[in-house]
Amino acid sequence: MIHTFVGNFGHFLVIAAFVAAFISAFSYWKAQQSEELQKKAWIAYARGAFYVHAASVIGVVTALYFIIYNDYFEYHYAYSHSSTVLPFYYRVSAFWEGQEGSFLLWIFWHVVLGVILIRTNKFWEAPIMAIFAAVQAFLLSMVLGIVIFNIKIGSSPFILLRDAMNAPIFQLNPDFIPKDGSGLNPLLQNYWMVIHPPTLFLGFATTIIPFVFCMAGLWTGKFKEWIRPALPWALFSAITLGVGILMGAYWAYETLNFGGYWNWDPVENAIYVPWLVLVGAIHTMITFRKSATALKTAMVLSITTFILVLYSTFLTRSGILGDSSVHSFTDLGLSGQLLIYLLVFTGLSVWLIVKNWSRIPSSDEEVSTYSREFWIFMGTATLCLMAFQVIIPTSIPVWNAIVELFGGISNLAPPADQVGFYTKFQIWFAVIIAILSGTGQFFWWKKVDKDKLKQSLFYPIIIALLTAAGVIVVVGITDPSYIILLTASVYSILANGKILLSLIKSNANLAGGSVAHIGLAMMLIGILFSSGYSKVISLNNTGMIWHKDFPEEVNRDNLLLFQHETRQMGDYSLNYKGVRKEIKGFPGYVSASAVEGFGDAFRVIARKDIEWKGRKYFSEGDTLEVDNPENSFFEIEYTKNDGRKFNLFPRVQINETMEMQVYSPDINRTLTSDLYTHVRTFPDPEAETQWSETEEVTVQIGEEFFVNDFVATVESIERITEMSQVMLGPEDVAIKARIAIQGGAEDYIVEPIYLIKDRMIGRIPEEIKDVAAKITFLNVHPDSNSFTFGINTTQKEWVILEAVVKPYINILWTGTLIVVLGFGMAIRRRYVEFVKMRDKGQE
Amino acid sequence: MKKSHVLGIVVIAIAAMVIVSTAGDASTYVSFKEAQEMAEDGSSKMIHVVGALKKNEAGHPVGIQTSPDMLSFSFLMVDQNNAEQEVIYNEPMPMDFLRSEQVVVVGSYKKDKFVADKILMKCPSKYQEEEIKV
Repeated sequence: MIHTFVGNFGHFLVIAAFVAAFISAFSYWKAQQSEELQKKAWIAYARGAFYVHAASVIGVVTALYFIIYNDYFEYHYAYSHSSTVLPFYYRVSAFWEGQEGSFLLWIFWHVVLGVILIRTNKFWEAPIMAIFAAVQAFLLSMVLGIVIFNIKIGSSPFILLRDAMNAPIFQLNPDFIPKDGSGLNPLLQNYWMVIHPPTLFLGFATTIIPFVFCMAGLWTGKFKEWIRPALPWALFSAITLGVGILMGAYWAYETLNFGGYWNWDPVENAIYVPWLVLVGAIHTMITFRKSATALKTAMVLSITTFILVLYSTFLTRSGILGDSSVHSFTDLGLSGQLLIYLLVFTGLSVWLIVKNWSRIPSSDEEVSTYSREFWIFMGTATLCLMAFQVIIPTSIPVWNAIVELFGGISNLAPPADQVGFYTKFQIWFAVIIAILSGTGQFFWWKKVDKDKLKQSLFYPIIIALLTAAGVIVVVGITDPSYIILLTASVYSILANGKILLSLIKSNANLAGGSVAHIGLAMMLIGILFSSGYSKVISLNNTGMIWHKDFPEEVNRDNLLLFQHETRQMGDYSLNYKGVRKEIKGFPGYVSASAVEGFGDAFRVIARKDIEWKGRKYFSEGDTLEVDNPENSFFEIEYTKNDGRKFNLFPRVQINETMEMQVYSPDINRTLTSDLYTHVRTFPDPEAETQWSETEEVTVQIGEEFFVNDFVATVESIERITEMSQVMLGPEDVAIKARIAIQGGAEDYIVEPIYLIKDRMIGRIPEEIKDVAAKITFLNVHPDSNSFTFGINTTQKEWVILEAVVKPYINILWTGTLIVVLGFGMAIRRRYVEFVKMRDKGQE
Repeated sequence: MKKSHVLGIVVIAIAAMVIVSTAGDASTYVSFKEAQEMAEDGSSKMIHVVGALKKNEAGHPVGIQTSPDMLSFSFLMVDQNNAEQEVIYNEPMPMDFLRSEQVVVVGSYKKDKFVADKILMKCPSKYQEEEIKV
């Protein structure tokens, strides 16, 4: 039966939420325009409308999750993003895999933030919430899913499968419900994908707060006062967005196989750019009192951040990026709506700021080189240039579209070497940021003149130069840009460290800035080493060039490993030991040859006792539960020259309904470096095997023989009465040979069957991939108590892998945590200030 | 001159540099013919070519060769002007390569062969298809 109620209810709530947001925006606007007495009434009304809106949105989210959770595959959203096998936490990721769900996630965060803003603000409530609710109405229009005058507005997540797809089955049976959904994209079945999107969208959602405060400031003529309540939120937004971005980077590092954490993909860039501008905005917001220029810049940058968030939404969701990005959403035909959304708020904010520009305080006073305003301003300018340098090439598809709109032809493509292209600029900007963040701090806390500055900077500079020189010599850095970046970053750590020490003695509450800057400089050093000195060690040094047209200098970064054959790679010797599975209730990986399937993807039978570190977990014949049948792991044993051993288990995930194969790396982490290994390809499991000619052996129980160079023995012969593939009658006879093959680390069990059914002889051979052989039970000789087996061999199993060493990547992750700590300290301080002023009735 | 003016000029200068460099480093979408002409003019710039694998009547890709060590392969690609070209790629063949409905190769001509530096594929994804397995 089709559950139409929950979908209709959800759709109704979407419309209710949309209308309520509109009413709330309008009423808040009226409240702001009205006199005291009416104002109260309008505010109460607007607030009520917002709470109705909030309740409806929560209802919408619940309804959609209910559909996904209960496997209502009659709904297109559940069918295309979920399946019955998904554990509940991946159903949460299924919720936001699609465009509609991710819009809902964003809308949901806005609801939470809106309620907090209503409850924490007095004076500002009406003007900020008027704009806030208007933004909400626009966002909800994206999931509205109604048609007015033949124009489709928004795409509803509550569409039934039969309405979304034109499949012939629905003409035969309109009530057809698929038994299972097509599942969640394997790439997203990762714990980071459960927490990265909500964090990122919380960061996205919070950029609206500085924006609405700034707009409200312009609207009400309170050009300076908006900053205090906006600042703690701007800090919160920057750190949430920053952490969200880094979680994405970490997910990419752990799950994707491009071999790093950052790829300068358009979707990554689209979030990095507003983050840079937001950080610039925060710095100017801190100095607005001293400098009129900083105040104006703070306004422009707060607005620009939000507009850039809208622009990045447009880029990733309108389909305009097309082929140039690996992870933009599928196009839902929302580009027109998204463009209107972008243009309306751009137009509104530009109009407000232009109208009020002459009234905003300004000064002609020259800024002193020895003032903190000057240094902050330089830093902000650098951040904006960094953003500019990234957004211009990222927008290449947009430039093409604009040229084509005016009838021209433009065939520009993104730079072929994206990483090289962006790095060559960003590295120099990073150098400037490191120097400024080190030096700027000295102007922060006291009036400094030339002599005093020289005095304060003397030791940090000398120590930085000495330390950097030491590192450069020890590690052997030769690239000049790397040398300069390293020196600048070490200097920043020392200079900020010096400030931090003196602040801890006086007032530790104020130390957020220096802590965050230390973290940032550490991140720069971590990025410098892990990316700049990332080294492929799986180099193919056979010197063989396959194709005469290959340029000679071409790197061959991949290594072919045959199973059980040791190969040297750098300081390691590698051995591919076989395919592994994850079994529920078992601490390690289980060899795929130790279990056999019987038609149920989730359950297998143990062919032998399965042990882990001397303890027996399963006995032969037990039925085991597979953790996730899509996953297979390739066990690679690494032996270092000094004898140290470890195993890595890079993964392949095969989703048959989506026909996707996804490879994920495995990483050996040590304090000083990560060894990152991922499999590039392995023999297609569906390809037909080419067997050698049959070799026959006749042996008795216990006698040794060779199977593809491995020692094998027949352990036992037994009569079996039940078979999964064949029905045995009372006259029929089936005997199974249990052959053990010694494979060094583990024994492989092969069980070919000899069968007499209806007086016909049948033979059911068994293939053993780990030995690259197939054994057939050919004949039984009762007179000599011996048995004949046929052996066919084939090419050994193999994998092609790439292994990369990433030195000092832990400095990057540690730096990230320190930045978070610094931001946290700053948020606390700024929020306390805001609360004090608010409670005095000033704001 | 005021300091803020100097700063302004520096910012504008860097911004201009960024735009010039973007225009210079941006690649282009071209056909094989244009790519070959560019290479003959001595340009070693990497370009993008959009096309598909060459397929026989039964829809199976043809002309694919894999190196004996399986670490490299070459294939026949047909661009949007229906020009055919052998492309060589120095990486193992991606597993879903043969199923791709569109490929974009980024690279350049070396002699008369197109050497790809990067291959982007568009594969038919199940949930985008208008088809339900019963």
